[in-house]
Amino acid sequence: MNDWQTLLTIAGMVLITLLTRGFFILPSRELPLPDWLREGLRYAPIGALAAVIAPELVMNQGQLITSWADARLFGAAAAVVWYVWRRDMLSTIIVGTGVMLMLRLGLGW
Amino acid sequence: MSPWQALIRHAEYRRGAREMGGVALGLGAWGLVTGVAMVQSGMDPWLAALMSVTVFSGTAQLAVAPLIASGAPIWVVWATAICLNLRFAVFSALWRPYLAHLPLGRRARMAFFAADLNYVLFMQRFPEPRPSPEQIPYFWGGVLVNAGSWHLGSLLGIALGHHIPAQWGLGFAGTVALLAMTCSLLSDRSTWLPALVGGSAAVAAFALPLRLNMLVAIAAAVVVGAVIDRTRPPRPASAP
Repeated sequence: MNDWQTLLTIAGMVLITLLTRGFFILPSRELPLPDWLREGLRYAPIGALAAVIAPELVMNQGQLITSWADARLFGAAAAVVWYVWRRDMLSTIIVGTGVMLMLRLGLGW
Repeated sequence: MSPWQALIRHAEYRRGAREMGGVALGLGAWGLVTGVAMVQSGMDPWLAALMSVTVFSGTAQLAVAPLIASGAPIWVVWATAICLNLRFAVFSALWRPYLAHLPLGRRARMAFFAADLNYVLFMQRFPEPRPSPEQIPYFWGGVLVNAGSWHLGSLLGIALGHHIPAQWGLGFAGTVALLAMTCSLLSDRSTWLPALVGGSAAVAAFALPLRLNMLVAIAAAVVVGAVIDRTRPPRPASAP
């Protein structure tokens, strides 16, 4: 890709950010949605967030990991336990990332 | 006092900024890693910086950086970005009742900055889907910290480029931030199950092209949630 194509790609992505985030916000009239979908949409954010997170935890280069000795699993578990206990974001991020880094740099997991 | 000054002096503006502050570290680390990944995949640093400050969509930027570097067709890059951003289209349906009364220009500005964590915090602060004046300063306070820490991180990552070893996996801090946010949304079986199904579906369908696994995961979570709603016996009146 030359620079102009990259610029065009970036311009398109700006538009994609705006149009996806504004899909139901930008139209002036309500877009019709069936009731069951409107109800079910309440569960979409949680499914979407889980879908962003899960591959980051259990996959390597597009393959499911085959070993439990993976620093990310223990970092994530530590973060969940800490969050449920303390309900605090900043310390959860530090604990989860800290456990992951200790296992990765210390044990090579 | 100009409207802008009134906004940033509003107590809800500070509250929005403070509540986003809890995850700023994760956002900054996530931005850092995205910046590093864009440069390491061979993007020109100036174009990477331009992309980071204008596109403002971390998961999409991370996914398309290697595609751009390998010279994939533009439509493949765009289709990948659309699939990864589809979740925002779903979020936007839930934002609508809060924002629909505003003029188009303001709706567009707010929609552009309405990322994942803004959504989660805003919906926890204002669970009732109706507009109220303090929502606007709260939203922009969150955006200040959210976009600020993201941009600082990503520009630093682009500048440092090859000096940060990829094997440290610092992007994990961003994953942990999202994980903690997701935990804060989980309340009972009717939310755990769609989360588990969505996560599993995203992994199982990972081999699909163009990151269509995101679409599969959202659809699976919505269907499971709708089925739970339909089949759950009516709650006894004494239940909380």
